[in-house]
Amino acid sequence: MTTTLQPSSTSPRRPAVTASMKPIAPHRFGFDQARHLLWRAGFGGASEQIQMLASWGPEKAVDHLLNYADIPFEPVPLDDFDSSIIRSPTAEERAAARRARRNGDEETLARLRARRQEAERNDRRQMTQIQRWWLRRMIETPRPLEEKMTLFWHGHFATSYRTIEHSYNMLQQNALFRRHAAGNFGDLLFAIIRDPAMIAYLDNNDSRKGRPNENLARELMELFSLGVGNYTESDIKEGARALTGYTFRDTEFVFEESNHDDGPKTILGRRGRLDGDGFVKAILEHRACAPFIAGKLYRYFVADVPTGRADLDAAADAAVRELSKALLASRYDLKPVLRKLFLSEHFYDPAVVGEQIKSPVELVVGAVRSLNTPVRDLGVLIDALALMGQNLFFPPSVAGWAGGRSWINTSTLFVRQNTLCYLLTGKKPVGADAAANAEKYDPAPLLAGLTRADPSAATDPARVIDYLLRLTLPSPSQARRDELLAFVDSLGGRLTPDVVTAALLLITAMPEYQLC
Amino acid sequence: MSTHDPMSTAFTRREFLSRGLTLASAAATLPLFIQRSAFALPHAAPGMTSIPGVNEGNILVVVQLGGGNDGLNTLIPFGDPAYYKARPTIGVPEGRILKFGSTGLGLHPALRGLMELHDRGLLGIVQGAGYPNPNRSHFKSMDIWHTADTSATGLGWIGRYLDAECCGYGKGEGGRPEGGRPAAPDPQAAIAIGRDAPLAMQGAIAKPIAFENTDLFRWTGENVHSALVEPYKRITRRGVSDPADEETNAGFLMRTALDAQLASDRIRKAVAQRPLVRYPGGELSRQLQMVASMIRAGLSTRVYYVTLGGFDTHAGQGGENGRHAQLLTQFGDALRAFYDDLKQQGNDARVLTMSFSEFGRRVGQNASGGTDHGTAAPMFLAGPMVRPGLLGKHPSLTDLDDGDLKFTTDFRAVYAGILQHWLGADPKRILPVSVRPMEILRRA
Repeated sequence: MTTTLQPSSTSPRRPAVTASMKPIAPHRFGFDQARHLLWRAGFGGASEQIQMLASWGPEKAVDHLLNYADIPFEPVPLDDFDSSIIRSPTAEERAAARRARRNGDEETLARLRARRQEAERNDRRQMTQIQRWWLRRMIETPRPLEEKMTLFWHGHFATSYRTIEHSYNMLQQNALFRRHAAGNFGDLLFAIIRDPAMIAYLDNNDSRKGRPNENLARELMELFSLGVGNYTESDIKEGARALTGYTFRDTEFVFEESNHDDGPKTILGRRGRLDGDGFVKAILEHRACAPFIAGKLYRYFVADVPTGRADLDAAADAAVRELSKALLASRYDLKPVLRKLFLSEHFYDPAVVGEQIKSPVELVVGAVRSLNTPVRDLGVLIDALALMGQNLFFPPSVAGWAGGRSWINTSTLFVRQNTLCYLLTGKKPVGADAAANAEKYDPAPLLAGLTRADPSAATDPARVIDYLLRLTLPSPSQARRDELLAFVDSLGGRLTPDVVTAALLLITAMPEYQLC
Repeated sequence: MSTHDPMSTAFTRREFLSRGLTLASAAATLPLFIQRSAFALPHAAPGMTSIPGVNEGNILVVVQLGGGNDGLNTLIPFGDPAYYKARPTIGVPEGRILKFGSTGLGLHPALRGLMELHDRGLLGIVQGAGYPNPNRSHFKSMDIWHTADTSATGLGWIGRYLDAECCGYGKGEGGRPEGGRPAAPDPQAAIAIGRDAPLAMQGAIAKPIAFENTDLFRWTGENVHSALVEPYKRITRRGVSDPADEETNAGFLMRTALDAQLASDRIRKAVAQRPLVRYPGGELSRQLQMVASMIRAGLSTRVYYVTLGGFDTHAGQGGENGRHAQLLTQFGDALRAFYDDLKQQGNDARVLTMSFSEFGRRVGQNASGGTDHGTAAPMFLAGPMVRPGLLGKHPSLTDLDDGDLKFTTDFRAVYAGILQHWLGADPKRILPVSVRPMEILRRA
């Protein structure tokens, strides 16, 4: 591997950003492009993975990521978790509680309260187990795009455990997102109005004929499909009527016919005795839907627009228009759209590469996957993610995570750097109660990509530093290289594992390490 | 300075912030808060106001009593026989209570510290603070107090205040000003002492600095090898990015990294100072001592947040003595030491402290010598500028809602009062409900 270092990451006079959605030429798809693809369509990769994708060329590399269903991997272990920690009381239990309340039987009431609190405690514990399970899955999966899209839908159809307090419903929703990860957006929209977690989160279980609750109807259009300004208050009212009776019991969707308002309605110009499916169909036929979803996919995979750079913003607009057309042409099948995006010249434009701020999950999962660090303690990593602002299964609101620059502030930047320090060294990353972890990080596998071809390279500081920089930073500068070489020199110039680890500590503390 | 007409002051806070931002784009390599300080006048300069009569240097300190503080054994309605009837073993004997004249109300004897503040005219007590349809879940009710929204969802009330004051919240989707990146808020505007930042301080744009102790508000890599210290400083102080690329994410990250390091240095230095008074032991005391040090060091922070947990006294809470009494002692003594310190510094008049808990507890004690989750409870306001004495009305002990007190003051009226009268912000733009701001300050 040869390395060309640039004098500075960008120069004031830069070439115009390409808006071309034409496929990138195979000869222009090398190590750096494969690295970019792995970061954006997944969570980064180790050097062998990058080299393999680069050797395959763009089409095969992208198809490998997209056709993940061909790669065997464990199914979601729904049976490993308890679906009935939180359950509705039986008829007898309800009667007993009524009796106790009537008779002022404090003792029974206290026992019932204690039992409920115990169940809630157990459920919170299960929620943390599910958090850890998902984080481990993201770290270990051979199908990174599947998890990346599952995370996308979790932020898009944001639902929080904090509100619904039912861990198994959260797990079911997570499984739903994974089932449709790169499937069909329309199918997912039909499924989401039947999802117990979503129904509970947006109060549709309280929505009845005659007194509809508008929460789900509103967000279905505002945040999930069309965006503000593309529907009226009347569409919300009528949509809410269409969704009456869509409820759930414990872990199952239930359509309560007697609570459903089956009268005639007009939603987004579509008329009839519309139910939830009729509402979703009206949405999918609306001209604002494809551009809205294309725009969200673009912000997730490409760039947090608007960027403030006029040429990039214009190119982004053009790219979103193309993606939106592709989405309509495929009838909301996502794979052709993602394929177009991941192959496009625009996706590999220098203005796009290395300009995205990693989400906390991308940072942590990506660090383990690309640097081969020990996982150490999943609980510590989950806590660190929460401190960085991305508590899995607890998005801050129905609007999901704002992403982009909102991830970064003076506090979260330290947490990010210190979490990397924890992964590399086992030093406590966050609160004083987090235990240190003694497992030693071994950088040798990381260097294998360099030393396999030429074992002598392992003792050459310049080659090792160049190699590490190219693996870890999107466009490393000469100044960074000099700093690291001086550092290695100050420690005697010998590249022991500890010195390589220390160099990685500095690299991962560089502000630009937060970019991918 | 005292003759200065506030309306003729050259810069309002809003102007000064927007000027700070203009400068920010001109000088990419300066950290954000240094750019700002180029326009900042010394703190507490009279006349630095966006609303006449409101001091720009005012600071709010929030004390969260976590777990649900038993309001009835804090501000005790000993004059009502129903109190002793409901609490046969945990009721505090009348002779021990620190009484407020002939009101039939008084403080728990463990709150000697608070009583001293009261006697010096530094304490206001809002009685019966709560909200409609009280939620008895710790998490939900805490979120309701943090968001000021009874649905327990949305951004924090302080976060929304910081958004509104510094970044033009509400102009675009997600708090983003129209047509561009969100404006950068003052990175030191809000500091929470604690492991994670409270929801109350989360804005769309504004995010608090949070640390349990200042040792954690820095790069832990320094502990790995001393040879890393200087290179680390250089990599965060000298960027790769061309200053012309100010608008790139790389440039933004460079500046934030620099901010973080300078804030870390400054805060650690501030907290390393010896306090001017002796603080008692205890967690809350330690936190308030840190806050006092940061105020003394002149940080630009507008809101500090501290917490004391352990108030979830379902069993064996004790009466005059015991677990609850110990917590109250800690609370009262820490707050008194805090104001002694601030007075020595000459900063006491700039600092208003507000305490709250997610709920009070049930009127009747339970079979385990404790109390279960309840509803309304008192809030304390401290500082030389607060309206001293009892505010609002004490809830009845006999006109109950299923064994629970009916709240007499919506806590959001207290928030609104603080926002409007103390912080000089418009509560209507910040709180999700419309409430009449409570008169929480003494009349001038």
